Amino acid sequence: MTRINVTVDGMKVADDVEPRMLLVHYLRERLGKTGTVVGCDTSNCGACTVHLDGQSVKSCNVLAVQADGHEVTTVEGLAQDGHLHRVQEAFRECHGLQCGFCTPGMIMASVDLLGRNPHPSEEEIREGLEGNLCRCTGYHNIVRAVQFASGHLAAAVTAGGGATEEVAQA
Amino acid sequence: MTATEARPDRSPEFGGNEIGRDRRRKEDARLITGRTRWTDNITLPGMLHLAMVRSPFAHARITGVETAAAKDSVGVVAVLTGADFDESLGVCINAWPITPDQKAPTHPPVATDRISFAGEIVAVVAARSAAEARDAADLVEVEYDELPAVVDLEEAVKDEVLAHPDLGTNKSALWVFDSAQAGTGGNVDEAIAAARDGGIVLERTYRQQRLIPAFMEPRSVVVDPTGEQITVWSATQIPHILRFALAATTGVPESKIRVIAPDVGGGFGGKLQQTPEEMLAFAVARRLGKPVKFTETRSESLMSAHHGRDQIQKLTLAATKDGRVTGLKVELTANLGAYVALVGGGVPVLGAFMFNAIYKFPAYQFNCQTVLTNTTWTDAYRGAGRPEATYAIERLMDELAAEVGVDPLEVRERNWITHEEFPFTTVAGLEYDSGNYEAATARAKEMFRYDELRAEQQARRASGDPVQLGIGVSTFTEMCGLAPSRVLGSLDYGAGGWEHAEIRMLPTGKVEVVTGASAHGQGHETAFSQIVADRLGVPFEDVEILHGDTMVAAKGLDTYGSRSLVVGGEAVVRAADKVLEKARPIAAHLLEASVDDLEFKDGRFGVRGTDQGIGLTEVAAAAFAAHNLPDGVEANLDSEATYDPVNFNFPHGTHLCAVEVDTETGETRMRKYVACDDIGVIINPLIVSGQVHGGLVQGIAQALWEEAVYDDTGTLVTGSFVDYLLPTAADTISFDIDHTTSPATTNSLGTKGVGEAGTIASTPAVVNAVVDALRPYGVHDVRMPCTPERVWRAIREGGAGGDTTGAAAPHFDASTGMEGTVDRTDGSSPEGGDQ
Repeated sequence: MTRINVTVDGMKVADDVEPRMLLVHYLRERLGKTGTVVGCDTSNCGACTVHLDGQSVKSCNVLAVQADGHEVTTVEGLAQDGHLHRVQEAFRECHGLQCGFCTPGMIMASVDLLGRNPHPSEEEIREGLEGNLCRCTGYHNIVRAVQFASGHLAAAVTAGGGATEEVAQA
Repeated sequence: MTATEARPDRSPEFGGNEIGRDRRRKEDARLITGRTRWTDNITLPGMLHLAMVRSPFAHARITGVETAAAKDSVGVVAVLTGADFDESLGVCINAWPITPDQKAPTHPPVATDRISFAGEIVAVVAARSAAEARDAADLVEVEYDELPAVVDLEEAVKDEVLAHPDLGTNKSALWVFDSAQAGTGGNVDEAIAAARDGGIVLERTYRQQRLIPAFMEPRSVVVDPTGEQITVWSATQIPHILRFALAATTGVPESKIRVIAPDVGGGFGGKLQQTPEEMLAFAVARRLGKPVKFTETRSESLMSAHHGRDQIQKLTLAATKDGRVTGLKVELTANLGAYVALVGGGVPVLGAFMFNAIYKFPAYQFNCQTVLTNTTWTDAYRGAGRPEATYAIERLMDELAAEVGVDPLEVRERNWITHEEFPFTTVAGLEYDSGNYEAATARAKEMFRYDELRAEQQARRASGDPVQLGIGVSTFTEMCGLAPSRVLGSLDYGAGGWEHAEIRMLPTGKVEVVTGASAHGQGHETAFSQIVADRLGVPFEDVEILHGDTMVAAKGLDTYGSRSLVVGGEAVVRAADKVLEKARPIAAHLLEASVDDLEFKDGRFGVRGTDQGIGLTEVAAAAFAAHNLPDGVEANLDSEATYDPVNFNFPHGTHLCAVEVDTETGETRMRKYVACDDIGVIINPLIVSGQVHGGLVQGIAQALWEEAVYDDTGTLVTGSFVDYLLPTAADTISFDIDHTTSPATTNSLGTKGVGEAGTIASTPAVVNAVVDALRPYGVHDVRMPCTPERVWRAIREGGAGGDTTGAAAPHFDASTGMEGTVDRTDGSSPEGGDQ
């Protein structure tokens, strides 16, 4: 067992963990942060994406001991003072989720993407989210959601079914 | 991007304005904040964790299982093999024996003496933690005598190697429909013979490769045996059917079992199953008297959760010289895998009704031979039988157009049912109630700028551009809304196809709606709230949709086959109408008016010709108080309804796809995709758009990327997300979608299903586009998935680009110097492969 000190969603925690324990299992099983989920065992799906010191990581690809002394943000820590993060809002507004299982990871990856590139093109969004799999949406409305969060879409979706209007680049 | 259409018809008599509105989903507030209840999130006091020991061999005899080391491992409570269970373990059932003489091996949840596919469970470990269970599972030593395995479908039909030696054959059932015998059309052999003399006969064989549903949430089950009822939480599409199957096969009374499908992360048919893992968790929990949880890894999911498709389609199409089809003969071989699954042979049989699609064929014959192999069992995957049928006929119509020398849309128009001809009884015996193929096609062409793209294609062909443009067409229809119970009965399906709803008018003015449909991403909570809000004139926000728990929704048949709205939604409508019937005499009594003088509008009973009235929620409160009710009236407005559909319904649409094919590298790039679907009246266009987009990508993925590949010994080569190529955002494009509206005539909302439409339509549209790009090169087929290698080979060698062998998509380039995965079929070294 190894002692680790981590700040998770603003809360300081200290625990003894097996050195082999993955960060995602630490979050889910020890801290009850079940908003972050496990979708695969080969770090392909990205459902477990969280932020480690503000950078998106796949938490199935990080050992809990590697998070020692660092700050972790999960989807549960994204909303502040009762207000949803604009990317969370955008996913709802643009119907960027269906079953919602990939959503925590997809949102965390999108937040990081927009942090690095506040005004991405559609291609940059698609390339930027390549590490996160979704089986429900066909990605169309996820791309719209990121565009919406970046301020590039005025009205996300209209009654014709996923139609969008581009607005002038901010 | 796309144009929008006017909002569909509202319900004027009810004054509602919810139907047709793009409401944001109620479900999302939880899902975007991580406030979720996936089965794997559930932890109970004293809960034990299970791990499965699975066979690495596809066909083998178990000669010994040594469990002592595992039992001695830290934290282990029990290690159980097949021999440790009696018949109370139950069995996995097949609900649809497609013929009376169907051969189906018994499917025990854990193998006792013989293994029939790689991934089959041999033993189960229960331990204090998941990690301890996994560690101990690795210590279980199983001795196997390997038996010859039959993996290839064409080999299996020969019966030389048997998947189940005791059965004496691999052939499970032969199901035949013949229009001459059924009285729905002529004799297909005569039609083909006639076409051989001066007409056109097309003979083609298409391969529907095996796919994996690959829902994002791995399957998980928690069973709590403490308390009087045994509670089962499962990541399932079918809590009600699972409860029935558990009771029917374990001997535990149905009344002692409660099944809950909490948040379920996608299904696509893949969670329409009674699984060995659920049966084992149920048995182990009962045996140990403690709650247990089993959550599969992704690798376990890919190898042991059921697969889909996997058919060989031999097709003979007869037509006149000008492209009018005179007959279609289908000879289908369908791979069941190692066992006949819950729906099993019923999946390809569903396709029997769809090969004639939107066309007027005078003669039709369908033969389906289901076959057992030593591979993972197959069952429903999004579309279930209908994508396969649609692929075959839409590919054939393009081939016919090429043969006749006309545009693919032209040959379709010569054969399709015109909008004046509805209702139309097809050669397969179904009555299509509504549709307008002309309108959907005209709209799709306009959105696509069809003529401009055809002109560009000509220009590229003329200039010898190495990147060719291909245009693919798919004018699909499907049967959805499973299903009229009498039809299911006539096909020997083991259950009905009705759906149930209850509405409870709470004294505080809130409305609880209970549905037997069980959502796993579809947005029922939002769409059903819109329906009820309109019907009862209550605020959208005041409606609560309850589902997915057999104690709450006691009656139901769950969610699959695009049935939730068209069957379940209709049950909700009928329950709402009964609420109003119950409220009316109470309202009249309270208003001191005659029942006949009341009119209901905007949530209020008014007395005609006066300004007097009372709100429905006020009537509900008065019924609850029960201080002043008419004699003989119940003290509530609660109502329930069970709806059995009178017919399937038939969404249709025209999908147009443009691809750019690099003839030098074989790479296919999506350029443009237009879908104009007619799904009747739309409840929520936002949810519809999501269903269409997601469906499209699953169908496109079959055309271009996905294939479950086995090596010769029956090992799944595509056993992780590294090798099974699920598309990413970077592989896909944005879509242009729109709708035409021909309301269904068989339900009161005029709705049709949409969950499977995109998947059914898109696969042939994409492959037709790839083939269209390559026709000048003499290519008339490319086998799915149309990988760059296959396209490249098709251009250079003719044929359809060859079989998939070894690795479907080698993920390490030999030029990088990394060793690994060029061809794992024969164990050859990477140096031997040609990259």
